[in-house]
Amino acid sequence: MQYETVIGLEIHAQLLTKSKIFCGCSTKFGEKPNSQVCPVCLGMPGVLPVLNKKAIDFAIKTALATNCTVNEHSVFARKNYFYPDLPKNYQISQYELPLSVKGYIEVVLDGNIKKIGITRIHMEEDAGKNIHEGINDASHVDLNRTGVPLMEIVSEPDMRTPEEAVAYLKKLRDILRYLDVCDGNMEEGSFRCDANVSIRPLGQKEFGTKAELKNMNSFKFVQKALEYEIDRQREALEDGKKIIQETRLWDSNKGVTISMRSKEEAHDYRYFPEPDLVPLIVDKKWLEDIHSELPELPDAKRERFVKDYSLPEYDAEFLTSSIAMADYFEGCVKLHNQPKIVSNWIMGDLARLLNEDNLDIKDSPITPKKLTDMLKLMDKGIISGKIAKVVFEEMFKTGNDPDAIVQEKGLVQVTDESEIEKVIDEVIKANPGQLADYKAGKDKLFGFFVGQVMKESKGKANPAKVNELLKKKLSK
Amino acid sequence: MKITKKEVEHVALLARLKLTEEEKEVLSKQLSDILTHVEKLNEVDTKAIEPTSHVIKMQNVMRDDIVTVSLPIEKVLANAPDRTDEFFRVPKIIE
Repeated sequence: MQYETVIGLEIHAQLLTKSKIFCGCSTKFGEKPNSQVCPVCLGMPGVLPVLNKKAIDFAIKTALATNCTVNEHSVFARKNYFYPDLPKNYQISQYELPLSVKGYIEVVLDGNIKKIGITRIHMEEDAGKNIHEGINDASHVDLNRTGVPLMEIVSEPDMRTPEEAVAYLKKLRDILRYLDVCDGNMEEGSFRCDANVSIRPLGQKEFGTKAELKNMNSFKFVQKALEYEIDRQREALEDGKKIIQETRLWDSNKGVTISMRSKEEAHDYRYFPEPDLVPLIVDKKWLEDIHSELPELPDAKRERFVKDYSLPEYDAEFLTSSIAMADYFEGCVKLHNQPKIVSNWIMGDLARLLNEDNLDIKDSPITPKKLTDMLKLMDKGIISGKIAKVVFEEMFKTGNDPDAIVQEKGLVQVTDESEIEKVIDEVIKANPGQLADYKAGKDKLFGFFVGQVMKESKGKANPAKVNELLKKKLSK
Repeated sequence: MKITKKEVEHVALLARLKLTEEEKEVLSKQLSDILTHVEKLNEVDTKAIEPTSHVIKMQNVMRDDIVTVSLPIEKVLANAPDRTDEFFRVPKIIE
């Protein structure tokens, strides 16, 4: 039977505020255990939470950038459960009246645009961290993360393949980074993803029973966990088994999802309005202020790049994946108005070298000025395209100016005819067999001679001149 | 509204309360009485009234995003039943 997959994602994004959502403790990552806690986030009796306005600003920004409606009136709620990483025994979250609802983002897959709906974005506080590894008879608890502001972004069950899910995740992360509200680091856990997955016979309207997948801390793992889970569910159904609604953990070592068999009773969080926090009212003025701070978003930028620079969609998508990347490109084009050539160098050699050294484009040793200075040397015929690759690698390694590298390494293109002729004569002399064949009509050998001359001149001979002079010499 | 012994046991478990059989009987009767009393509110017509989440007329109490001093580690762990270095130490959570 043919099955259709249905995927919905829940994202938890840590907001880049300096202090926690309900107290002034620092949110800095990687500090000494329990060094960033106070009576409020420790849940001491009698303390009161006070809302961090910046966290709300950030969430409103996100809501506007994802086409959501911001509710004028929203309320915080207590979600009650016991766990060692939750000192109050309840998490302050939002339930019936979340900050914002009903939005969407667009993803591009194989050149097609697909809209993925967003059900809601609400605010909550993060829990602490439990450490189990390397301890035999106990667990350790670090509460520094307790109270770090989180945005929970819940999608509609609109995705049909793992690829769509990953495209949605990447797009959402790009948007959060554009807005500078979350650093989007999946490995460190500042951008976490849970997936609801089910399958149903193709054409059936009702959803199948879903499993909730957790513990996927990279895009690759999201893709693999979804693929595994879809196969598992299909095999189960084909064997006549029933899918059980449960939470499953992705095990990246084994490449499987494992049921979290839990003896606990069904979740019963007994939500109720948080009496310690007054309602949140977001008026028009507040919305307008945030709206005026919005940067140009990835989709708008992509469309503009296609239109203004006549770039293919693929190039535009690549160059607008981050603001830093887009700024780099535009910085180059401002200095040297050859958008497609600039794009090729960024997507090709620069991306490769940055990737090899695990560098962000912000930290590129080759600045837009240096890249475009090199392109100008090419335009003037001082270096060939082949030599440019050598210069580029050297610039990346040393951070030196292209002119300096060309001078220092003696890479200036040879255009002097007598010098090139000398090389050509040597090459012809050294290859009498090929010469005879060429004269006998093997025209293809012309390329061989060009190659030999370029090799002898260490790539410095001007290719156009080489062609011209070779033709003359060989026809003699 | 009748609250059964089973419901009392469920709520007690969620609240991590250990009750004797006797207490369960007493509580199921008391909770039933309380809910029956509160049920009287159902007689009031509330169609045109918004649910009240908060009784005080206040909104948007907020602070700026400024870092303040946290507690010294000895105070943080002062009430902890057990500790290892700077960590709270709790019974093993997962196998």
